Amino acid sequence: MSIRIFVPGDAGALAVGADKVAGALVSEAAKRGLDIEIVRNGSRGMFWLEPMVEVETEKGRVAYGPVKSSDVPGLLDAGLTDGGSHALNLGLTEEIDFLKRQTRLTFARCGITDPLSLEDYRAHGGLKGLEQAIAMTPLDIVTQVTDSGLRGRGGAGFPTGIKWKTVLDAQGAQKYIVCNADEGDSGTFADRMIMEGDPFVLIEGMVIAGIATGATKGYVYTRSEYPHAIAAMNSAIEIARKNNVLGVSVLNSGHAFDMEVRVGAGAYVCGEETALLESLEGRRGIVRAKPPLPAHKGFLGRPTVINNVISLASVPVIMEKGAAFYKDFGMGRSRGTIPIQIAGNARHGGLFEAAFGMTLGELVDDVAGGTITGQPVKAVQVGGPLGAYFPRALFDTPFDYEEFAARDGLIGHAGIVVFDDSVDMLDQARFAMEFCAIESCGKCTPCRIGSTRGVEVADKIRRGEEPEKQLALLTDLCNTMKFGSLCALGGFTPYPVMSAINHFPEDFRPVPMSQAAE
Amino acid sequence: MLNRTADADIASRAGAIVEGHRALEGPLLPILHSIQDEFGYVPTAALPAIADGLNLSRAEVHGVVSFYHDYRQEPAGRHVIKVCRAEACQSMGGEELAEKLLALLGLDWHQTRADGAVTIEPVYCLGLCACAPSAMVDGEVIGRLDHDAIAEIARGVNA
Repeated sequence: MSIRIFVPGDAGALAVGADKVAGALVSEAAKRGLDIEIVRNGSRGMFWLEPMVEVETEKGRVAYGPVKSSDVPGLLDAGLTDGGSHALNLGLTEEIDFLKRQTRLTFARCGITDPLSLEDYRAHGGLKGLEQAIAMTPLDIVTQVTDSGLRGRGGAGFPTGIKWKTVLDAQGAQKYIVCNADEGDSGTFADRMIMEGDPFVLIEGMVIAGIATGATKGYVYTRSEYPHAIAAMNSAIEIARKNNVLGVSVLNSGHAFDMEVRVGAGAYVCGEETALLESLEGRRGIVRAKPPLPAHKGFLGRPTVINNVISLASVPVIMEKGAAFYKDFGMGRSRGTIPIQIAGNARHGGLFEAAFGMTLGELVDDVAGGTITGQPVKAVQVGGPLGAYFPRALFDTPFDYEEFAARDGLIGHAGIVVFDDSVDMLDQARFAMEFCAIESCGKCTPCRIGSTRGVEVADKIRRGEEPEKQLALLTDLCNTMKFGSLCALGGFTPYPVMSAINHFPEDFRPVPMSQAAE
Repeated sequence: MLNRTADADIASRAGAIVEGHRALEGPLLPILHSIQDEFGYVPTAALPAIADGLNLSRAEVHGVVSFYHDYRQEPAGRHVIKVCRAEACQSMGGEELAEKLLALLGLDWHQTRADGAVTIEPVYCLGLCACAPSAMVDGEVIGRLDHDAIAEIARGVNA
């Protein structure tokens, strides 16, 4: 029997040379007459170890990383195929601390299975949730999702079950499930990892959503910046169709459901659900006023469930193991697990799925191990470009929707970007405004004009022109944007700006002229 | 005369693309992606065919083309470099590296070099935030960029 060697095909691994490593393994093994089978799995989410090669042994999977293609001959000399010892040997994958500390429910299979093998998916518990759902009434499915406490993982945190109930109750000959895979927040990559590493779980979640609400058609709206995820989803959908997981009678249940992938065109605002629907319909990605809610009048004016990738991908495990099982994890009103993405200047950056409740400090200092540069952490931005910057003084904040809101921040899509002490928070505040100006859809004035004025005001502070007055103006501008914008782009841009001002006032003080001239 | 023939050719190829997407719900973005795949940009000469096929005005189609950052209204260089400028890459010194790359190429953001060799564009997140800074060169993703990698990218497009 051939030896199974896993080399991730995840874009994060490809970006650091996984294809070269796989190629070197194939050619070296051929030279040595070794019978190996390379599996291009998803990533385990430990990106500082990528490309991380795993080999299946009797004791379990043994990991090596980070592997360069030039390491391959040496690794084979050291007996990689039997899990032999080598400087890059990380031991049994499951025993690596970063993985061992996690509670992987949504990401249970990611990095373990062959992403495009439906047999592998089934062998690791896949489709059990769908089989359960098929045996239930739509209302019971919706109730189970509601009872699990699952809330929108895209950032808004709206209860998923309530959305589904609204669509179930809505009248309409055609209803839709739209998956928001427009993961534009910097510091986030959970959606990408699921689509590349376990695409069937998203398909399964969408089919369950379809059965629960009476929708027969689904769309995954993702980003053109994610070519690998698009390819993986398209292949998985084809395989699912051939195997009757999608089609006129899903698993012979009599329920019809089919889906397709749609690709955005580089507009961040299309991650906002109503702008996404406009874009999906073929228009400019301009935000719609609500009401009507997408649940009543969504895609093409028809009842539409619109959920984030991670929300939908969490549904199969909830159906398989029950609402109580899922709800048992977490704290307060934040139930279940959340795939936290640790990024930027983090020594151990990657995907860390855990029950809600861990503190920011535990995640940054303990799990991530501080910065790569070895400098002290000055700030972390949580929740993407619209999320607040947290100083060390707030590192006791637990990961929970309400706790973050209480500290004028937001979890968002659960990305944490770590910055060391070289960061200038005035620069970051300016960037937040600049980004909003670049990406504003232009429909509402506070966002469209406010963001450009914000950049100008930040520049004046930098130049030391009446800085006190400008700072007051910036604060006032943030208030206008926060309360006057139509959607979260303009409405939340004040979070990074105000948090930078409030927590790092020293960076906003005018530089004395003598120093500035140097 | 030559231009008119070229425009007619663009219009007929665009028309065929529109036909191929007619069955889709909300076909405009997929059509524009296909047009850009076919021509390397979205030629103005393709707009009437799209507008006719979808029963839209040319202004509506133009409005969509101009809204999205991805759609080019003129051809790109032979190589396309997209450099991430978002926060995770900033935290790893991405801006400094990006400035260096611009200097090596002699370009500013969104510019195509006069010899048509290369176009450089900013991108706001490639989802490679745990191996930042990152870029995409002709569709290939590159993470953990450093000065050597930047120099290699510049050499690659100059070759």
